Amino acid sequence: MNQKTQEKLEILADAAKYDVSCSSSGSKRKNTRTGLGNSTGSGICHTYTEDGRCVSLLKILLTNFCIYDCAYCVSRSSNDIKRAAFTVDEVVDLTINFYRRNYIEGLFLSSGIFKNADYTMERLVRIAKKLRLEHQFNGYIHLKAIPGASEELLDEAGLYADRLSVNIEIPSEMSLKKVAPEKNYKDVLEPMGYLKTRIKGYKEERKQIKKAPLFAPAGQSTQLVVGATPENDLKVLQLADSLYQQQSLKRVYYSGYIPIPTDNRLPVLKAPPLVRENRLYQADWLLRFYGFKVDEIVSEAFPELDLEMDPKMAYALRHPALFPVDVNKADYEMILRIPGVGVKSAQKIIQARRFGQLRFEHLKKIGVVLKRARYFLVCADKDFLHLGWDPDTIRSQILHADPKNRKAAQLSLF
Amino acid sequence: MTILYNGTYPGLLSAIFESYRIKARPTRIVPEADWRGSLFEEPLVVATRSDWAERVRAGVVKKTSKKGERMLYRCLLSEQPDVEMLIYDFVRQSMKSKTNWADNYLDDTVLRLQQIDKKMGREIHRMHAFVRFQQTRDDIYYAVIEPDFDVLPLIIDHFEKRYPAQTWLIYDSRRHYGMFYDQQRTEAITFAEKDHLNLRQISASILEEGETDYQEAWQKYFTSTNIPERKNMKLHLQHVPRRYWKYLVEK
Repeated sequence: MNQKTQEKLEILADAAKYDVSCSSSGSKRKNTRTGLGNSTGSGICHTYTEDGRCVSLLKILLTNFCIYDCAYCVSRSSNDIKRAAFTVDEVVDLTINFYRRNYIEGLFLSSGIFKNADYTMERLVRIAKKLRLEHQFNGYIHLKAIPGASEELLDEAGLYADRLSVNIEIPSEMSLKKVAPEKNYKDVLEPMGYLKTRIKGYKEERKQIKKAPLFAPAGQSTQLVVGATPENDLKVLQLADSLYQQQSLKRVYYSGYIPIPTDNRLPVLKAPPLVRENRLYQADWLLRFYGFKVDEIVSEAFPELDLEMDPKMAYALRHPALFPVDVNKADYEMILRIPGVGVKSAQKIIQARRFGQLRFEHLKKIGVVLKRARYFLVCADKDFLHLGWDPDTIRSQILHADPKNRKAAQLSLF
Repeated sequence: MTILYNGTYPGLLSAIFESYRIKARPTRIVPEADWRGSLFEEPLVVATRSDWAERVRAGVVKKTSKKGERMLYRCLLSEQPDVEMLIYDFVRQSMKSKTNWADNYLDDTVLRLQQIDKKMGREIHRMHAFVRFQQTRDDIYYAVIEPDFDVLPLIIDHFEKRYPAQTWLIYDSRRHYGMFYDQQRTEAITFAEKDHLNLRQISASILEEGETDYQEAWQKYFTSTNIPERKNMKLHLQHVPRRYWKYLVEK
């Protein structure tokens, strides 16, 4: 490997890092006797950068040359940055050699658009094909589906990739038009819809014929940038929910907008909205794993997520009539709604109570976060409660107990 | 009564079988190698018998589940003091229980075993993630680890499946043994004491020519993919605790 390749790697990794999708999960691809790699369902984070994000895949752009000028994107054509382009062999060599050393789970390959959509997509596909067919690579491959690429190319991409993604980026079409005049929702949703039917078709086929080929077995994902445009959390979560429901997406990623001060189409933020991003992920988890509906988390009356507390806690405080929940009697769905109780704890509670009555000490050892949960449940220890169930009291109690808030309160005295 | 066994999982299961056979409850079960002797008691030494071990193993699987039985093996490799008695107690309770005893989170033994098992799971997952191979001149992919628990036997399956056409060696420098895979099968190996020190730090002279280039490229990638505006060292350290840095190329 020469110095040139390393320089390209620096440029094209830097350009790809704002795509927050990182997961290498959801695929099942077996290895062969002479092959390299596999994916087993749950992903592996091989390291974490200093920003605390997981590094699972070699995430790079094939090139950061781009014909488009989208305000939110560092690679936009009007931005004065170093440009570079990998050759097909360079990407293949880096992927194989990083994988052999157990640095990565596979490749995440995106690209700026050069010439046109098909030209770009064809190169992405060529790399995946080479890895799979010439190098018997069975690790994880995530490819971008370039909007506007032909259906033939998307079909081929699906045969080699584990996951495909088209990024929506801006959570409403009106805002998208403002910051990326050359783009529209139709161009993004079209490949997504097409891939959805293909994925479904292949899945059906595999039920009949075991040997039928895999087609993007880890499904599709997308990314929404938050904080760059004025959409509220209600709007963002409704969009996400419709993507889960209608496009059968596996994941929606939320990326707190990191200000690019040189483009005046976008607001100047002091810092990326990291807390909001975190709350959106928590809300997303409630939708996917906790049986919540969007309108239970945000509504016209409460269109923004509470930044001070997690959305499940906020839900509980808005619905005092549903609490406290008796962990020894309530059904699974309701136990899942107790703040501080996760999916695993809820399952353990259900299993354990066949053997006897649960008390606080059991809940604690099972893994329930009593700091939050204790205001919302009753168990075999009856006399624990002193606060009553007044939501305002609980709210201030919880916020005060958080050391972060205490420090802030003290400082504000001076 | 103290029972001594050979420190292996089949050995422990044999010891449990023997305690049933002679209808005696042990107060301690200790690996023979760890036994320092006592003035006051003569311990019972139980030899490992694979047929006994298998009967206990099959019994636990039947009474709990494959996962329940696997948990016991994993917990033994945690090297926690007294884990043998926890396992003994679990086996006894399982045999008496009509429902899967592993689900009884009201029981202290179950909770403690589950907690140990969770720690083991975490360490296994970290080793899947943090092993870093270096390619040597004779085309062996070599990695040194120093896991908190004895997880090496539990991770080779993962690497066999992932790198079947690659010769590799993962060496636990804390426990002084390694697992060597020659593209056919995996064997446990040890090095002579004098070689041990050299193997912790591989000298550049035995590395394949391109090796350092890929290490450098990986370091550069690691730096470039970071977003400085989002810096969050607390989260970083939570995921990559300092004690693992030693063997990470990127740190």
